[in-house]
Amino acid sequence: MNNPCNALPEALRPREGESLVFDAPAAQVDRPTHYCPGCHHGIAHRLVAEVLDELDATDRAVLVASVGCSAFSYDYFAVDALEAQHGRACAVATGVRRANPDSVVFTYQGDGDMAAIGLAESVHAANRGELITAIFINNTVYGMTGGQTAPTTLIGQITTTSPAGRRLRGEGGPLRMTELMAGLDGVAYAERCALDSVRHVRAAKKALRNAFEVQIRGLGFGFVELLSGCPTNWHMTPQAANRRIAEEMIPVFPLGTAKNLLDK
Amino acid sequence: MSRIVFLEDRCKGCRLCIDACPAGVIRPSGRFNHQGYEVMTSGEGCTGCASCAVMCPDTAIRVFRTARTAEGGRA
Amino acid sequence: MSDAPERILIKGNEAVAFGAVDAGCRCYFGYPITPQNEIPEAMSRLLPEIGGCYVQAESEVGAASMLLGACASGVPSMTSSSGCGISLMQEALSYMTGSMLPAVLVNMARGGPGLGDIGPSQGDYFQAVKGGGHGDHRNIVLAPATAQECYDFMFRAFALAFTYANPVMVLGDAVVGQIKEPVRRTPPPDALAPERLAELAAPWRVEGRGRRGPGAAPRLVKSVYLAEGTLAARNRQLRDKYEAMRAEARWIAQDTDDADLVVVAYGSIARAVRSAIRALRAQGAAVGLFRPITLYPFPDEGLRALAAARPGRRFLVVEQNLGQMVEDVRLALFGPAGRGAEVLFHGLMPGLLADAQTLEEPVRLALAGKEIRS
Repeated sequence: MNNPCNALPEALRPREGESLVFDAPAAQVDRPTHYCPGCHHGIAHRLVAEVLDELDATDRAVLVASVGCSAFSYDYFAVDALEAQHGRACAVATGVRRANPDSVVFTYQGDGDMAAIGLAESVHAANRGELITAIFINNTVYGMTGGQTAPTTLIGQITTTSPAGRRLRGEGGPLRMTELMAGLDGVAYAERCALDSVRHVRAAKKALRNAFEVQIRGLGFGFVELLSGCPTNWHMTPQAANRRIAEEMIPVFPLGTAKNLLDK
Repeated sequence: MSRIVFLEDRCKGCRLCIDACPAGVIRPSGRFNHQGYEVMTSGEGCTGCASCAVMCPDTAIRVFRTARTAEGGRA
Repeated sequence: MSDAPERILIKGNEAVAFGAVDAGCRCYFGYPITPQNEIPEAMSRLLPEIGGCYVQAESEVGAASMLLGACASGVPSMTSSSGCGISLMQEALSYMTGSMLPAVLVNMARGGPGLGDIGPSQGDYFQAVKGGGHGDHRNIVLAPATAQECYDFMFRAFALAFTYANPVMVLGDAVVGQIKEPVRRTPPPDALAPERLAELAAPWRVEGRGRRGPGAAPRLVKSVYLAEGTLAARNRQLRDKYEAMRAEARWIAQDTDDADLVVVAYGSIARAVRSAIRALRAQGAAVGLFRPITLYPFPDEGLRALAAARPGRRFLVVEQNLGQMVEDVRLALFGPAGRGAEVLFHGLMPGLLADAQTLEEPVRLALAGKEIRS
C-alpha cells in the first residue's frame, strides 16, 4: 500500500478481533486541507479518491483543477494534475483526454467556475461526449472570494453582492446544471447528490463511481453535482449548514439520477 | 466493542461527526489541538458503523469494528 | 521518401497543416475564422488518418484551453486563428507560458482593430511580440513569407516550443496563408524528430503517474505560485529561459553590403519590398533588405552589425500597419548596444495586397532621407 496513512502508530492498528473498516483511500494525500471547518470539499475529495482506488484508476488518473476554493485540490490527490484557467477545466480536460486516450481524466469545479465563467466550455465538452468526469460543487456562493452571488444562489439568498437577497428579475434564478447536462446527447451520466447526511454521502459515492465508469467504458461524459455546505460564507455552523442543504437547497435542486446510460 | 480513533491534529472541530453518530457516543472533549480546534472524543457504545468517518470532511477518523461473534466469545 | 522531393501546389495555410503533421503534431484544436480556414479544414482530414485528434472547439477560448491540456500531456499540438480569435487565446497563452508548455499557435493575421477586415495586415505585431496576455509572458514569434516557409517553420516552431518548453507563435497574414505556391514536403535541417520531442516532454508531462512505474510521485503542471518568494523564483527561471532564447534570433540580409539604405520588412511585405529593391538596384540604387525571421527574439544584433558596418546608412521600416516593428528597430539601433542610425517608416494600410511598384517610391525617397505616408 502506498498510502503513508498506513504507516500508523499503535492506536491506529487493528487489535485482535478488530478490522479497520474505515481508512483513508490511497489516492488521497495524507495532509491537512486548507478548507474551513465543516466545508464539504473534504468529503467530496475523499469520495473521489475512494472511487479512483476502487476502479483501479488512480495510476491512470489526471486531475484538472479549477479556480476557486478548490484551486489547490491537486494538493490532496495522489494523481498527476494540472491547473486550468478559471472556468476552462472541461476544455483543458478535453485536451488531456484527447492527447492521452488511456488516461482517466476528471475536473473538480465549483459553481462559479463551471456554471458562470466556464458554462460554455462545460456544456460543449459535455455535448461532445468527451470521455471525462466532471465533479461540480454547488454551494450557492463564490467561496474563495468571500461569498458573492453565484449562478446557483437561491432566490432571496443574501450574499455580499446581493445584500437585499437574490432577485429573479435582473439577477436570474438558480441554474440547475444537472438538468441542463442531462439534456445533452453527449452526457452518459448525470446525477445530483448532496453531502449533508450519511445517507446522501453514501449515495454520492455511488454516483461518482457511475460517473467515472461511463468514462472508462467509453459511454460519454460523466457529471455529478454535489450540493455542499459553505458554513463560512453562509455565516452558520456546519450543522446548521447541513440543515440548510436539506431544507432550502434540495427543494430547489432536487436530488436524483437525471441520466444513466450504464445499463443500456 | 467497536471503536473509533480521532487523528486529533486533523480535526477542525466542525462537529459533523456528532450529528452523524446514530449511537450518540461522540462529544466534544474540551481539549484543543495545535490549530486551536476543539477535538472530539467518543464514549462507550460504538457500533463501528463508520457514519462519523463518512461525514468527516478531514478524514480525521478511523473506525475499527469488532465482529459480533468475537465480541460474544470474549465476553 | 524518394530522392526527388515531391513538390505540391498548395496554399500557405495548407502548408502550415502539412508542416505541422510532418513535424509530429497530433492534436489540433481550433475555431473557424477567415483567413485561416484551410488550416482546420486540412487538419480535420489529415489528423484522423494518422491517429491524431481534431476538435472544433466552441470558441477560441476553448481551443486554446484544449491546447493547454494536450500540451501538458506532452503531445505536439497546435491551434490556429486570426486577429480577434488570437485575442481570445491570450488567457491560455499566458497560462501556458507560466506553466512552461510547448504550445504552437498560428496567427494568419487579418486587419484590425476590432472586427476589421479579412485582408492582409501586420497589425498584430505588438500582440504577437509584446504579448496581449497578462504577466511576464514571452513567446517566440516566427514570420514566414512563403508557403514553403509555412511548411518549414512548423518544424522549427515545434522544435523551439519543446526545446524551451514555451509557446511559439507563427505569425503570417492573409497573403501568406492564401497564396498558392509549390512546396517541397521534406523536413528542413532544423527539424527535431517526433521521438526527440517526446523525450523532451518526458520529464514533465502529466500522463497518469502509473506510466512512470509503481510508486511514482504525482506530477503537477501549474502557473500559480502563491507562497512568498515562489513566484519570484519561477520568474527568474523564465527570465533565464527568455535570455537563452535570444540565441534563436534569425534574419535574412540581402544586397546589404553596398546598401546606403536598408529596408527592414517581414512576412509577405518583405516579398513585395524584395521585388521593389530588385527593380531599384537595376536602376543603380544602393538598396538592400533586412528581413527578420524571428520577430521575438528580435534580431537586434544583425541590425546593429549593418549599422556599424556603414556609418550613415539609413534604415526604412516598411510594415502593413501604423508602425509597430519600427519601435523594435529603433530600440535595436538606439538601445544600450546601438550607436544610432536614421530610421524612417513607411506604413501600408491593411486590406490591400502590397504592390512592389508602389513601394519603389517610398524606398527611393527614403534613400534621400524622406518619408511619405500611404
